[in-house]
This record gives sequence, C-alpha cells and structure tokens, in this order.
Amino acid sequence: MTAVLDRSKLLFETPEWDFSMLDRVYEACEDIALKDLKLDVYPNQIEIIASEQMLDAYSSHGLPLMYSHWSFGKHFARDEVMYRKGYQGLAYEIVINSSPCISYLMEENTAMMQTLVIAHAAFGHNHFFKNNYLFRQWTDAESILEYLAFAKAYLTRCEERYGYDAVEVTLDAAHALMDQGVFRYRRPPRPTRAQMDEKRRKRVAYDEESVNEIWRTLPGGGAKRAAIEEDDDAFVKAQLKLPEENILYFLEKHAPGLRPWQREVLRIVRTLAQYFYPQRQTKNMNEGCATFVHHHIMNALYDKGQINEGAMLEFMTSHTAVVFQPGYDDRRYYGMNPYALGFNMMSDIRRMSSEPTEEDRIWFPEIAGKGDWRDVLKDAWTNYRDESFIMQYLSPKVMRDMRLFALKDHESAEAYTVAGIHDESGYRKVRAALAAQYDLSAREPDLQVTAANLQGDRKLTLTQFVRSGVKLSASGQDDVMRHVRHLWGYDVELKEVTA
Amino acid sequence: MPQFIDRRLNPKGKSLANRQRFIRRAKASIRDAVQKELKDGKVTDFVTDKKISIPSKTTREPRFHLDPKTGEQSWVVPGNKEFSEGDQIKKPPQGGGQGSGKQAGDSDAEDSFEFTLTREELMDVLFDDLELPDLIKTTLKDTQIVSYRRAGYTTSGSPTNISIVRTMRHALGRRIALRRPKQDEIDVLYQRLETLDPADGNGRALLLDEIAQLEAKRRRVGFIDPVDVRYNAFDARPEPAARAVMFCLMDVSGSMGEREKDLAKRFYMLLHLFLQRRYQSLDVVFIRHTHEAQEVDEKEFFYSRMSGGTVVSSALELMLQIVAQRYATSEWNIYVAQASDGYTQAGDAQACVEMLHSKVMPAVQHYAYIEILDEREMSVFASDEAGAELWRSYRGVSSAWKSFAAKRIAKPADIYPVFRELFAKENAA
Repeated sequence: MTAVLDRSKLLFETPEWDFSMLDRVYEACEDIALKDLKLDVYPNQIEIIASEQMLDAYSSHGLPLMYSHWSFGKHFARDEVMYRKGYQGLAYEIVINSSPCISYLMEENTAMMQTLVIAHAAFGHNHFFKNNYLFRQWTDAESILEYLAFAKAYLTRCEERYGYDAVEVTLDAAHALMDQGVFRYRRPPRPTRAQMDEKRRKRVAYDEESVNEIWRTLPGGGAKRAAIEEDDDAFVKAQLKLPEENILYFLEKHAPGLRPWQREVLRIVRTLAQYFYPQRQTKNMNEGCATFVHHHIMNALYDKGQINEGAMLEFMTSHTAVVFQPGYDDRRYYGMNPYALGFNMMSDIRRMSSEPTEEDRIWFPEIAGKGDWRDVLKDAWTNYRDESFIMQYLSPKVMRDMRLFALKDHESAEAYTVAGIHDESGYRKVRAALAAQYDLSAREPDLQVTAANLQGDRKLTLTQFVRSGVKLSASGQDDVMRHVRHLWGYDVELKEVTA
Repeated sequence: MPQFIDRRLNPKGKSLANRQRFIRRAKASIRDAVQKELKDGKVTDFVTDKKISIPSKTTREPRFHLDPKTGEQSWVVPGNKEFSEGDQIKKPPQGGGQGSGKQAGDSDAEDSFEFTLTREELMDVLFDDLELPDLIKTTLKDTQIVSYRRAGYTTSGSPTNISIVRTMRHALGRRIALRRPKQDEIDVLYQRLETLDPADGNGRALLLDEIAQLEAKRRRVGFIDPVDVRYNAFDARPEPAARAVMFCLMDVSGSMGEREKDLAKRFYMLLHLFLQRRYQSLDVVFIRHTHEAQEVDEKEFFYSRMSGGTVVSSALELMLQIVAQRYATSEWNIYVAQASDGYTQAGDAQACVEMLHSKVMPAVQHYAYIEILDEREMSVFASDEAGAELWRSYRGVSSAWKSFAAKRIAKPADIYPVFRELFAKENAA
C-alpha cells in the first residue's frame, strides 16, 4: 500500500519529460529553494533548446543576443567539429545573469537531468547572480539584454554604413584589448552635467590662453608661457587621469583619430568585458554554489519521496562526474575543477557549522558549531569572490581530502620545489597559493597607460608593471600592439617596470 | 511561476552571420586549402561537405597574457601521493607539463584549425567571381519552386484567409436586396404600439401582426449568411527556372591514356559543379568517341577503354542529334566541353570546324575545348600558332565565336587556372 501512496508523490517515473512535468518539477524545486534554503532569486525564464542552438549559444559567450563577429563563427566551427567527433559533450545548461534569469535546458536531457538543471541553474546560479556583491556592484541584470540588443543593432548599422571591414578591424582591435578593458577598482567616472560644463569652460579657456598670440604681447606673458610649458606634462597627465588601467576606456576617450562610431564600438566591447568580469572572478564560487544547491535540492526531493531510487542513482552518477577532481598525474587532469573545489568547500562549511571537530574550532572559531549552516553559506556567497573565499574558508580538511600541494618555480631553477603540502606547516602556504591562483589581478598582466604625448609626436606609452619577474608572453604580443597602434593612430611603446 | 519557453522550433543557424564573417575572414587560407584538395584529392571528393584545415594564424585572436615560464611562479595541484615540503620535481622537458593551473590562451598552440565547409560554401570558394556567359534562356517547364500570389477571392477557403471587407460588403448587398428590416423600423412600431389608444383593439392587432412579420423576416434574412463569406485566394505559380544541359565530349581512343583522362575528368567535374550551382536543373550527357560516337553513363565514360581511330566529328553529330531529340534550344542552355589530345583523322578537323560554324555554335551557350598535352609537348607548343591539326583548325572558330574557348593543359595544376580563364567574367563581357 505504501508503495502506491509513494508513487502518487513522484514528480516523474520515466526519463521522458513534458511541459506539465517541468512545471511540477519547478514548483517542487522552488519549494525547497525558497522555504528550506531561503534563497533569493530573480524571476526565472526557462528555455528549452536543441543541441545546435546550444552550440550557437556556446560560440557567443552564452548570450542569447550577440553582435556578429567572425571569431564567434570560428568558435562555432571548432565546437561543432569537437561535438560531432564526440571529443566534447555539450553542457547540460547555460544560464545568463539577467533579470529574468534565463536558463537554457537541452531537449535531449532526461527528466532527472532537467530537474537537476533547474535546481542548479534556476536556483543555484540565480541566487548567486542576484546576491553576490561583485554582480550587484558591477553588472546590471535588468538591462543587459536590452543593452545587447542595442549593441547588435548598433553594430549592424555600422556595418551597413561604414562597411564590414572597417567594423571588423575595430572590433578585432577592441577584442584584443578586452582583458584590459575593465575597471578593477572603481566604477567608470560619471561626471554630473554641471561638472561637465565647468570642465568644458575651463578647457576652452585654456585653449584660448595657449593658442591666442595676443597673450604674448602682455607684459610678463613670456614667463607665464614658460610656466605653462613647464607643468604641461603634469597638466596633461592630470587631464587624462593617468595612469589608466582600462586601456579600452582610455582609447575610447582620448585616441585622437577615432571616429565617434568607433568610440562607441570600444565602449560596447568594454561594457561586455566589465559585465563578464565578475563571472571570471567567481567561477569557483558560482559553480560551487550551484552544485551545492542542486545537491541539496535533489537529496531533499528524494527524502520527500518526490523522485525515485532510479532517478537518484542517475543523479549520483552525473553529480559525481561533475565534482570529480582527477589528480595531477591523471591523464584526465586539466587544472582545478571549479565544481569540485567549490562544492567540497561549501559542503565542508556545512559540516563545520553543524558538526565541528576540534581542529575546526581552532581554525574557524566564528563558524564552527554555529548551527545554521544556511546563514554561513549565504553570507559567504554574498560577500566573497574566489580569492577571498578560499583565503577565508579553505579548511585543512578539504586540503587533506583533495591532497593539495603547492609548487614553486623560478625561471632559472632546474626543478619545481614543493612549497607546502597538506600538513600542519603547509596549510597556510597552500591556502595562500591557491587563493593567489584565483586572483585575476595576479594572473593577468598589470598593464597601464602611463603617458600620452598629445603635444609632440603623440606617442602613447603602455607600461607593464612586472611582478615577481613574470613577463608578457611573446606570442601574440606584436599582434596586440598592432591593434593598439591602429586604435591610437600613432606610435605606441610598451615598457616594462618592475613593480 | 516560471516561464517555460520552447525555443526548439526557432529558426536554426543563428550564428550563420558569424560563420559567413569567419569564412570571409579566412578566405585566402580557405582558398589555398581548397586548391590543394583539388590538386591532390579525388574527383568524387567534391560532392559533399568537405573537411579542410587552415593555418590558425590567419584567425588568431591575440591577447596580452603572462608567460608562465618567466619569473617566479607558484600554483596548487591536487592529488599528492608522495611529496613532502621541500621536495624537488624535475621540470618536464617542454611546455607547462604536469598540470600547471595556468594553461595560457585557448588555442594558441595549435598550428592548424580544422573545420567543415558545406558543399555550398565549398563551391562558393571554388567558383568565386566566375560567371558564365549568356545566362538568358529560361523556361517555365519542369520547375520545382512555387510561389504563392494573390488571385482574387473565392467562396471557399480556410478561416484564416477570410476577407472581412469583402464578406461584409456582400452581406450588406444581400441585406439591401432582400429588404431585411432594420431594428429601427421595428422599434418605431413598438413605440407606436405604446402610444396607441388602448381601446383600438383592431389597430393593435394590425400593429402586432406587422411587428411579427418584420421580425420573422429579420430572422429569415440573416445579418451574415454563408453565401456572403469570401476568402482571399492564392495561386501557386511556378517560378521560372533555368535549365541547362552539359555535354561532355571525350576522345577515348588509345592515344588518350590514364593521365589524359584523369585531367579531362577534373575539368568536367569543375564544370559540372559550377553549372549545378548556376542552374536548378542540370542534365549531363556523356559522349565518348573513337571513330564512332556513343552516349554512355558517367562510369563508362571515365573508366572504360575502347580502341579505334579518332573521328571527332562523329561526336559532334551525335550531340546535335541528342539536342534535336531532347534538348530544344529554346528551353535549354547548352554547354559543351570537349576534351581531346588534339589528334584526329586527316580531314576530320575541317569537318568539325564546318559543323561548329554552321550548326553547333549558334545553338550553344558556351563551347569549351581543352587539349591535353604532355608536358614535353607543352613547351614545344608554347605559342598559340603551333599545335596539332584540331588545335589549328579550332583557332579559326575561337576567333569567330566569342562563346568558343580553346585551352591547353598538361598537368593537374593547370586545370583550375584554365577553368577560371575560360569562364572569367571578362570573357563574358
């Protein structure tokens, strides 16, 4: 008899799915996500797509709307070959940081996979997008789709007006500098109207002063001129707000030869770069959060008798595949798996909050035995990015479980040195090294515009601030410099300074 | 409530624009790759999609990134089994080796980029800026494409096609013609009924009777009747489509060896692909000849051997017969490609020329003659004047008819340039 009763609660029994089933699944997941986990999510929009559409989405950063560029076509061609040959499966889902939050579900997925994906994307990622401080500060989920529509239409218009080639050259150059097109520390300045008027007035006054020959005839004019020339450099520097880390922004505002539409193209590219920047800084946490949420929801569904053993086994198979971390000497090893690290750390936080060991009480006095792991996790999801999250929460247990060890290398050294392993003396070293590994500002070159000679030969100076002797890779460097020269319109030099 | 949207039926090929841009970008490399395939590959290779690989440097997306081999580096790896702090691990001989967590760039290491060109794209590359002359004749017969055009109104159709304006107009006309009483008229009678002297029983009965009659008529004559309904009508009209027939003429006598045939085959293949792209329906007729001509299928044409003399005019005769029987010149664009080693029986060349002048050339769109020489001969016959009998005779034809072209080839690499020359745009002008 109980079996019959249980069956009536099941969300699905066969691997086939249909829309009414998806509705039921969504409601069941929502119930757990909102009432049990108390997640805070954007409204969901769930789209069912076919595999080719998934490939489409792949090639354009997963965005539903994207302007046209050959590089997306190239990625599509490559992914298609890989997919057809079977070298590479497709992701089960793609989710977009927008409001409403759009998740793509593949039609080939089984009923269990659709449930998993809804839990993972529509609640896990969605909560992270809505709450993490980086996304809140740097991206505007409400307007991104509108902006993309604008960008696509704008670039299409540009192509019609100025020709494919002109747009392509500009986009190529902008894409080459995409990594240098983000503000890392501040939002782009938005001067008020009054400030802008004041600035314009001052500029006009300065122009007149410096150009009008009549000033020379005034007594003392010569001295004044000399004074102006003397702090010319300082003045220009202040005027251009140098040094500037956002090279695309600098070029957009100050490149002498660019036409207005080209400036707008640079602006579009750097706006997108900025939009993606938080995702690149939170890969580990974002996937960890989504994986943790789907794991919790699937288990809860099973406990409530809403999915059967068969589905649960299928879930276990794909979940363990997702969070599998091969060791460094495994053929399948391809760097750290963000799903694995994120999920392990978050499960560990849950463990520490509810069943702490003596070690945890020493290492994490604030969270050990705090009881409600939901609050601890949600706080972490909201206020950290990969680097700070690892620094703060990576526990000795996770390091031991994953058998993490840190390596050190110097260009002159014959061999790598093991800097620390998962033991008492190594925990802190490994943790710091792993955190640094997720620090984008350390992994990417620190390049800044340091000088722009607007009076003389109009030479632009980019400076790489070299940290720990790590230089720019030679491959492609000349090509990027060619692109910078194209945008700036005059000579550009690249300097190295040891930071 | 979530919003579920089924996007599976959305139009496919959303990234088509990107793909076109990619192909445009890599055009030069793609063309090189295709040429190479054309030279080395088999004739039958070009009927389907084709996998090609191009050097990745043409489509590189350069970025600034740090070189992991410089300076001081540190990174964390999972799966420690035997190491403890301070151990030294020998660097692998080349590359980032055992899993540094920082594989730089995505595909910088690859030196070639492999992808699949669809047949259409392949042909676009193959036939880039080639145009065939005189693509004028069109025919209405045997078409596949149908377009729907408005064709007035009908009395039957599907509800979505109802023409409301027409329907209402017919209804109005019918109501007027059948004198359908208006509601106003009945209302007036009712008012009179109310104001009527209650004593006037007779008048009351008359009025009631009149009202009843009007109302009955109103019911009988409907506001809209099925006979009023009109539908927009659409006619399926065939789109005019061009048809073409391509005659492949080849000398298969003993003097044509394997090499010559192979060269000829490639030439025909190119022509066939090109015409297939140009015309919706394309017939191909293969005529082989020794001292007598035969119509054969493709396989036999290319792969069987015959012995005998060489009479080129016999092939021309057979071709004219086939044209007369099956391909009326008013409906078909006729293309002829003849391949030969240039030798024919004494006097036959003259017969050919006469036939060409009088009958063949007026009927065809284009006549391409390729003469296959061996490389030694090629240098002997460096100038146009020198050549075998057929070549010298055909020179007269080619000066008289713009649509006649004669070329000589000696090796596979000659084919493509010759083909381009034969059908280059200037030729048509």
